[in-house]
Amino acid sequence: MIRSGDIRRSDFTREGGFPVSAITESGSSTSRTLVSDRARVLKTMAFGDKVFALLTLSAAYLVLLVLAGIIISLIIGAWPAITTFGLDFLTTTRWAPQLEPEPILGALAPIYGTLVSSFIAMLIAVPFGLGIAIFLTELCPHSIRKPIRLAIELLAGIPSIIYGMWGFFVLGPFLANYVEPGIVAVFADIPVLNSVFGGEMLSNLSLFNASLILAIMILPFITAIAVDVFSTVPPVLKEAAYGIGCTTWEVVSNVVLPFTRVGVVGGVMLALGRALGETMAVTFIIGNSFKISSSIFAPGTTISAAIASEFAESEGVHQSGLILLGLLLFVLTFFVLAAARLMLMRLEKRAGA
Amino acid sequence: MKFTTLIAAGFAMVASISAAVAEDISGAGATFPFPIYSKWADAYKKASGVGLNYQSIGSGAGRKQIQAKTVTFGATDIPQKEAYLDQYGFVQFPMVMGGIVPIVNLEGVSGSDLTLSGETLANIYLGKIKKWDDAAIAALNPKAKLPSLPIIVIRRSDGSGTTFNFTTYLSAVSSEFKSKVGAGEAVEWPVGIGAAGNAGVSANVMQTKGSIGYVEYAYATQNGLAWTDMVNSAGKRVKPSLAAFKAAASKGDWANAKRFNLILANSPGEASWPMMATTFILMYAEPVSVPASNAALKYFDWAYTNGGKMAEDLDYVPMPDSVVAQVRSAWKGIASK
Repeated sequence: MIRSGDIRRSDFTREGGFPVSAITESGSSTSRTLVSDRARVLKTMAFGDKVFALLTLSAAYLVLLVLAGIIISLIIGAWPAITTFGLDFLTTTRWAPQLEPEPILGALAPIYGTLVSSFIAMLIAVPFGLGIAIFLTELCPHSIRKPIRLAIELLAGIPSIIYGMWGFFVLGPFLANYVEPGIVAVFADIPVLNSVFGGEMLSNLSLFNASLILAIMILPFITAIAVDVFSTVPPVLKEAAYGIGCTTWEVVSNVVLPFTRVGVVGGVMLALGRALGETMAVTFIIGNSFKISSSIFAPGTTISAAIASEFAESEGVHQSGLILLGLLLFVLTFFVLAAARLMLMRLEKRAGA
Repeated sequence: MKFTTLIAAGFAMVASISAAVAEDISGAGATFPFPIYSKWADAYKKASGVGLNYQSIGSGAGRKQIQAKTVTFGATDIPQKEAYLDQYGFVQFPMVMGGIVPIVNLEGVSGSDLTLSGETLANIYLGKIKKWDDAAIAALNPKAKLPSLPIIVIRRSDGSGTTFNFTTYLSAVSSEFKSKVGAGEAVEWPVGIGAAGNAGVSANVMQTKGSIGYVEYAYATQNGLAWTDMVNSAGKRVKPSLAAFKAAASKGDWANAKRFNLILANSPGEASWPMMATTFILMYAEPVSVPASNAALKYFDWAYTNGGKMAEDLDYVPMPDSVVAQVRSAWKGIASK
């Protein structure tokens, strides 16, 4: 795998990319004019290079600048809430913006909802997504490979509001009427699980329904990236494995997955990033209730859903609290992605030894 | 998707700029009166050639827009207190009213089959009444066959003037609701599922068996939802209807309301519907642009005079003549030269 640091700028730019020896070694009388011509050409090229480098550099720094700007404005916006609630904001489950004179706001319920909904979504989407990718690259008959891949890529192109509406009108009622009562009945007599899958009040909108929609939304990311990295496995490796009598499962688990680990984890992380921040679809179907319930079939809320539904009509500390929620999501996403990077680095180290 | 929103925003900006060139009246705020404001605007444009550019972005956002002086008038479903009005130098006046109704989804129950009292409704929204065959509901509806279904409470997830008026009513009839939840645009609901907008609440109730919600009357009639009758403050059962809304509106003590700061909750009178919403206009006493302010006042004046029938067609309640006279005298506080 080529990383940006491996190619030094000098490899390409110092000599303008020309094989220098081919010209200077000719030694004839024309060589002097050739050299000055060459110097002139090289000069203009060097100028072009400089401009190009400067352009790309400024583009890269601009991103940093925007990022810093966003963080600073979030902190400024959240400051009244930070000074009012302090660390209590992280441990309070109440969300009471109407209280006089000061509202009580706590982020625990939305943080819980964000983490749990993303976790359930990953739990569903990762095995399904990888399964589809393995099927497509290893097992699928050639004739249906393209249609299936296209269908999955189309899933990624559907705007999230459409998922929200579909979840609201179709999936939610279907789950609440036909699927969830069955699950509740199965676990009714098992301690602990009967409260996780508890359902005294099943409704169309719940944490689980939102997680399922999220899973469908992130599935194409996982599959598309996994298919791409699976096809980078040198056929020789697979053929060798098959040649010594490995089954398809053994080839996938011992050759393909270890070879593509880094890419697969990258795809999963991209999907997780999307799941954590997804707003519109979740707002439609999660039920927007600032409560931590033991049951995944109860309504909940996520950070982004809370901001989306309350921001327009909020004022003062309430609005500042919502901005603070946004800042928390920023931090949360950063930590999750940083943890993923760290994990990746350790994986690479172990594999590279 | 973000790119398309950007383009849409760009178009909206271009549209608003070109609208400003045509010297339309600009306003922003509450979503609840948007249908009637635009209907009036169409008719007014035909009559006078002046159009209205109204951004239906919510009461709170509307107040921010007028505070920032980017619009000529702001619209809010929540009457503002004197201190706030003085702080910014606003003149406040009521424009139109409407009724809020509880809607239910129960098999075999259609419009007006059930009756609820204020306290029962408050207890449902407090999570104290959990099933439809609860004794309190049964006592109010001796003839109805009530199923032993859990009540699924649906309420707004977004901050809203409808929620403000609904919770103000529940706080007026139940001291427990007042102390535990209170009144506000966004409150800490003890139970229930949040849905966005009047449309979200009605769609949710339509889909969920055993659910109850609250919406503006027009949403219940247009979606064919079952609503409940209410026991009003005089102890009488009333059906939600224009007549009942008007009866409630007529009891409003506007003459003694300071700067029209009046909430029509739990109105007295035997025929009064208990849950009402009034929408207000905010304008500067010292306008940024006097001609724009005058044009807006002309439009409102025209709407008071000619808009009553159009409002009633959309299930809104026009302001009574006595209040309109009071509003017109309040306009003298707005500089017109």
